[in-house]
Parts: sequence; structure tokens; C-alpha cells
Amino acid sequence: MTQILDLTATRATELVAAGELDPGELFATYRERALGDDLGAYLWVAEDGSDAPAGGPLGGVPVAVKDLFCVEGVPSAAGSRILEGYRPPYTATAVERLRSAGAPVLGKTNMDEFAMGSSTENSGFGPTRNPWDCDRVPGGSSGGSAAAVAAGSAPWAIGTDTGGSIRQPAALCGIVGLKPTYGAISRWGMIAFASSLDQCGPLTRDVADAALLLRHMVGRDARDSTSVGLPEEVATPTAERLDGLRFGIPPELTGEGIEPGVSAVFDATCARIEELGGSLEEVHLPHSPHAIAAYYVLAPAEASANLARYDGIRFGMRRGEADLLSLYEETRAEGFGDEVKRRIMLGTYALSSGYYDAYYGQAQRVRTKIADDFRVAFEHVDFVITPTSPTVAFPLGERTADPLAMYLSDYCTVPMPLAGIPAISIPGGLADGLPVGFQIAGPAFSENRMLDAAHALELAIGFDAKPARA
Amino acid sequence: MIDREQVLHVARLSRLRLREDELEGMASELSTILEHIERIGELDLEGVEPTSHVVALENVLRPDEPAESLPRERALDQAPAAGEAGFAVPSPGAPVE
Repeated sequence: MTQILDLTATRATELVAAGELDPGELFATYRERALGDDLGAYLWVAEDGSDAPAGGPLGGVPVAVKDLFCVEGVPSAAGSRILEGYRPPYTATAVERLRSAGAPVLGKTNMDEFAMGSSTENSGFGPTRNPWDCDRVPGGSSGGSAAAVAAGSAPWAIGTDTGGSIRQPAALCGIVGLKPTYGAISRWGMIAFASSLDQCGPLTRDVADAALLLRHMVGRDARDSTSVGLPEEVATPTAERLDGLRFGIPPELTGEGIEPGVSAVFDATCARIEELGGSLEEVHLPHSPHAIAAYYVLAPAEASANLARYDGIRFGMRRGEADLLSLYEETRAEGFGDEVKRRIMLGTYALSSGYYDAYYGQAQRVRTKIADDFRVAFEHVDFVITPTSPTVAFPLGERTADPLAMYLSDYCTVPMPLAGIPAISIPGGLADGLPVGFQIAGPAFSENRMLDAAHALELAIGFDAKPARA
Repeated sequence: MIDREQVLHVARLSRLRLREDELEGMASELSTILEHIERIGELDLEGVEPTSHVVALENVLRPDEPAESLPRERALDQAPAAGEAGFAVPSPGAPVE
């Protein structure tokens, strides 16, 4: 059993294909681990792996799925009490594709309610804890997926990233997390937070696993008109060197506000890049210090519209039957948690008459400048590198009373989704015994080159530390 | 920066009934966040095109082909209240059965 749990997902698919590993035993082993989860990583665990056909390229290796992916007949609540018990009548395209490729759903993972948060403390069903230190958060909003992979209760997982919700929890849990180019994977069946930013992606033990999972999710989908897929098939990353590649370090995202322990790991990883033949140079992203402000206008504005559908009529919770207005207002008052209410209020305010251009219009113009900054940077370098999170995993409760402090957790990850570009976080090392993530961002549709660079760096770093609770 | 009256107004627009003890906190938290956000107002972005979507797409069309839609009973079976024909809601001013 221990041996099965030690396999990377890619290795498990190879052993299944060679007839040396029974997919039924593999599923049962992980199911037992998932049922024994005491980190609050899972909200639901599947009975068996019969939802995926045998013999596919993913070999029956089960995948843990963030609670906001609709799965037909399976509880899918996006971490919200307002959707408690909701069992959708259809399945998200990303999940359907993984199943078709042979990966059954292992379980649904905990998350900040409607993906609004950076610690998973905003879940309506209780927080998830970090397997490296149970008194600390796993990051968020895909904290359940990250904690499950880090603790070995899932071989791999999927999550969503709107402002950092895959990369930041991956960093805080010492695993790999990839946010693809906007449009690479269909959003159909993903419970929406901010539609112009939301993107699905893998959380895995290593870079090769991320590439494999990504390969089987990408593609245009007629049911999501913003999906475009990727221009070439996702390849298995094999690079061991970085010769000739130029890495840009933006002082705006690597200086002030970064914890010393995080900076030390970042600097050591930069030195590795040079050892592998890559070069480092300074690039400027002058508008990125304004990314958080722009994001916290745009994302809440889109959320305020997306969350209008939770009205107590078609699904989920219903309260207050006196009249229709009371029904709406009381259902939403009781069903939504504090952070969700705050963001709906913020978004509604920013879109309201008289404020629209000063907030929403200006934030959209900042977004243009942030994307332009990256475009200019990528004329000089192949990738932009930063720490993934300014700090290591923080103690539970530390930032819950201060929304702005929580928002600033995403300082290094928010600019990329605003520009629509892909980025990956890989473990760079430890600071005070806690994992530190290293982020590599590339131009739109550069996933293969980015995965190769991440692979070479991963090999050189040789991160093999294990969390206390694995 | 945002006062109690404005919070009540926005809450009404948002269809959220805030408790008395939530109003105070909401006003001060939103003010702190807005203070941070309003710094973007200092940037001179005159003439910059706003970005609403990051991938260049125009008129994504598909053939208008009839297909099966969700059966009515499947669409209704997650509703907190439904009749045979549709979702049940209180009529304006009247309680539902």
C-alpha cells in the first residue's frame, strides 16, 4: 500500500498499462486514504472508480476534484452552504474529459466559498489544514486539492485559478500547480466566480504529472465559446538544461513585501537557473503593483453578476417565504458567508450608477496596461519569474479579520490571470520547515516551453521533503 | 468613505438582507478595501482601451442545430419547491403553500 501511495500519477499509469498494477486496488488504496483524511481536504469521496472506462491513457488513476466542478449526481456546492446538497444534472467538460481518458473522480475537495479566498478558511464546511503544519492554512482557494495531493490522499487533483487559487495553495503545500492560458480548458460546468479570469488547471506531485493531466483537459468546447484549446498537444516535459533561455526578474514583484525566507529560496532558485545555462535579467512590470486593486474591482464585479443566480428558486437553499423579495434577501443572507457577501457588495458598488467608470472602467484600463507590460517583457525574455506567495503558509485565523491582508496574499499571482497568461508554481525549497513556491510565467500558449523549463528546474532542485502528515 | 446609508442601498441592490451587527463591519471593511482600490484612480490612463477579455475572439458562431435539452423533471428536481410545470415561487405579496 505504501508503495502505491509513493508512485507519481504518471508512474502509476505506466504500471497499470504494463499490467503490473491493478487499477481497482489503486482506487481502493486512495479511497481509504481519502476517507481517513483528517485535514478537512475532502467534502465527498466516491464509492468506486466505475465512472471511467478501463484502458484509457490515464489508467484508472483517480483524480480529486475541487468542489466547484459540477459532477452529475454528486454533491457540488462550491464550498457554499447556499448549494449544500445540490447534485447537478450534468458534468463539467474538464471532468468529463478526464473520465473519458480513464481517470475516475476520487472525491470532491474543500475550497473557499465560490473560490473567494486565499486560505480555504472561507469554506462553508470548515477549513482545510496544511499537512506540513496543522495549525496553518493550506492556501486557497483550491486548498483542499492542494492539501490532498501534498498529504498523499490523492495522486493528483484539479482546481481553478482566478487570482492565484491553484498556484498559491500549491506553493504553500509544497506541490506543483499550473494555471493554463485563459481559454485552454473549457469552463463549462465550473461554478463561476469571475468568468473573464477563471481557469481550470492541475495540482500534482511533479511537473510531468501536471503536463499529463493538462493534456487530457485542454481543447475547444462548443459549450464554452471562450475556450480555444492550445495550438499543439501538451508534450511530456523532458528538458534537463536551460541553455539559451532568458528569465526576467521583475523588481515590482520580488522586492518589498516578500518574506526573507521566501526571498532566500527565490535567490537560490535563480542561481540554479544560471547553473543550468539560463540567463537572468531585470524586466519591469510597472503596473503590476496596481494588479490587486484592479483585480478586486473586476473579480467582485463579475462575481456580483454571476452570483445573482443563487436566489432560492431553482436550486440550493431557500429561506423566507413571506414574499418574493424576502425570499431572495433572506436566502442570500443566510446562504452566503461573510467574504462572499463582502465581494458581492464590493462588485455591486463598483458597477453602480455614478461609480462605474471610476472603478470598473479604470480597472479594465489597468488590466490593458498589465497585459502590455508582460508583452513588452516577453520581447526581452522567455519567462518572468517570481516567488509564488510573499509568505509561507500562515497560521489559521491570522488574516481572517483583515480582508485586505488576505487579498495581498495574491500579490505575486494576480497579474498573470489579468493578462490571461499561463504560470506554474513548483516547490523551490523550505523556509523554517515550510515549503516555498517558485513561479514561472510565460506568454499565452507557451505551456510546453514553460513545462520544459519547470521540469529542468525541478530536477536540479531535487525537492524531496515530505510534510509531517503524509 | 462608504457610510451606513450607502451600505444599505448597495445591500438592497444586491438582494442581501444584512443584520444590524453586519452593517457596521461591512461599512468599515469596504472603506478600507476601497481606499486601496482608489489608488488606481491616480493613474493617467486617458485613451487606454479597456480590456474585457484577454483572448482575441470575435463572433464565435455555431450552426443552429436542434438538440436534446435537459428534460423538465431533471431541471426541476433540485428546486427547493416545484410543481409539475415549473419552479414554485410566492406570488407578489402572497405566501406560498
